[in-house]
Amino acid sequence: MSDKEPLFSAKNRKLLTNPLGSDNPITVQVLGICSALAVTAKLEPAFVLSISVMAVLALANVIISLLRNTIPSRIRIIVQLVVIAALVILVDQVLKAFAYEVSKQLSVFVGLIITNCIIMGRLEAFALGNRPWPAFLDGVGNAAGYGLILIVVAFFRELFGSGTLAGFKVIPQAVYDMGYENNGLMILPPMALVVVGIIIWVQRSKDKSLIESN
Amino acid sequence: MKALRKFLDKKKPLFEKGGKFAKLQSTFDAFETFLFVPDHTSKTGTHIKDAIDLKRTMSVVVLALIPSLLFGMYNIGYQHFLSIGETTGLMEMFVYGLIKVLPIVVVSYVVGLGIEFAFAQMRGHAVNEGFLVSGMLIPLVMPVEAPLWMVAVSTAFAVVIGKEVFGGTGMNIWNPALIARAFFFFAYPSKMSGDAVWISEKADSFSGATPLADAAALVDATPAQAESLMSGALSQTWDMFIGLIPGSIGETSTLAILIGAVILIATGIGSWRIMLSVFVGGYAMGAIFNLIGANPYMELIPAWQHLIMGGFAFGAVFMATDPVSATQTTRGKYIYGFLIGFLAVLIRVMNAGFPEAMMLAILFMNTFAPLIDHYVVQGNVKRRLKRVKVKA
Repeated sequence: MSDKEPLFSAKNRKLLTNPLGSDNPITVQVLGICSALAVTAKLEPAFVLSISVMAVLALANVIISLLRNTIPSRIRIIVQLVVIAALVILVDQVLKAFAYEVSKQLSVFVGLIITNCIIMGRLEAFALGNRPWPAFLDGVGNAAGYGLILIVVAFFRELFGSGTLAGFKVIPQAVYDMGYENNGLMILPPMALVVVGIIIWVQRSKDKSLIESN
Repeated sequence: MKALRKFLDKKKPLFEKGGKFAKLQSTFDAFETFLFVPDHTSKTGTHIKDAIDLKRTMSVVVLALIPSLLFGMYNIGYQHFLSIGETTGLMEMFVYGLIKVLPIVVVSYVVGLGIEFAFAQMRGHAVNEGFLVSGMLIPLVMPVEAPLWMVAVSTAFAVVIGKEVFGGTGMNIWNPALIARAFFFFAYPSKMSGDAVWISEKADSFSGATPLADAAALVDATPAQAESLMSGALSQTWDMFIGLIPGSIGETSTLAILIGAVILIATGIGSWRIMLSVFVGGYAMGAIFNLIGANPYMELIPAWQHLIMGGFAFGAVFMATDPVSATQTTRGKYIYGFLIGFLAVLIRVMNAGFPEAMMLAILFMNTFAPLIDHYVVQGNVKRRLKRVKVKA
């Protein structure tokens, strides 16, 4: 790769945009499902977790990419984990300092970013073999794709499960008076799985190339 | 009949390839085969011909459900007038129930069939008959006070997520009617549990608790409380068998369900192996609890009473025997049925959160049905392999 390549060449832009659609970490790579089920009952925690994952993933990708020629391949997993863990602790401390309520809601899931498969997956698959700038873009792109799904799922779950969006009441009282009730199943994790499943269904029926043949 | 046939024949070209309504071909086909025996036969070679196809099978099941439906209507009227303390004639009670139940049946069929037809058109398939039965089962397992839009949402969820995503009739893992009920139960718990929903427009002073709720209350009851509970609805075992108790529309009358069971078994459509083993499983677990007797529920409810309370009989006869989601092998059917009954009573007694566990037990065993079949088949293969080795 030449140094003259523009910062946002077509190839680099793909790194950013592919994970949003045809290479989405959740719906296509099927990584990071657990956190998608756990934190999507409300929009706010889903949004905060997406941002946290983006910070961790982008920085971890850059750091590992910088170190990629010095990491002995036998202990590379340990090195990656050290980098991720350090970043996650940073993020956790920042959240506790500036967004304590949300941090309490997210509880263990911030800590569990360490085990989020997307992060390890991108470090292994991309950062170890690419220069820092593309690695950074790949990190941002994948975290954005992850966050996009989280927010879409949380949108539907909060709207139908609690009748609110980001804490604001959006379904007017008049509708409740007519006999409408919030859907209690939407708040339970199984429904997150169903919503993710529907997203995958819609995506694959639009883009036939994603359908696996076996 | 002849005029109808002529009419259909006249309109048929419109729906065939190149016709004006070619897109609606499967809709036309569905109506035609619903009204007349289809004339698709193979043109050459031998083939096995059976007088009963999927549509007729489904019709028989619907027929078997009719006693439960009619009794359910009567019981709704009976419970309503009992709760407000009026005495009326049999006909009046029935008409009252009819007015209450009919909208639920209509909503279930309209929503379910609407989605089925839409999917069939989109995919270019023939319309599946499976919903004829599911559409009747769904209202029968709903409480009478279920708001119609909730019935519609549950039905839509069951048809789309419980059935169509797997490929339609015959491909579903779980019983669609139970998916509808499970969705309803977890999404709108206030409308599917408690005392208020089982009797329509009941007087506030009247206790609407089902025998199952009474039984569940036994768990932490003091001896004095237990005695008063036991002398209440729980002592009316004959009413429970006949079905004059509060409960979901079609599940209360064990007698009407048994009539349905006779129809299913006589026509060979429902598996008597599954029905029998569900009852045996439930009785076995009940008897074990009777032996342990750790709390008043285990001690005072005799094992056989579990079989006539709540949805046990309905689930055993109509839900567990669903040929798609049940096991296929003979030995597998015994295992599957036994575990359904066993688990249903186990959850009823041990988990206060689910006083009616039949739904959960059947859905749970639906999940395991393919696994049971797999091991039964593997076991058979192994046994026969051994035989070969002995000879050689």
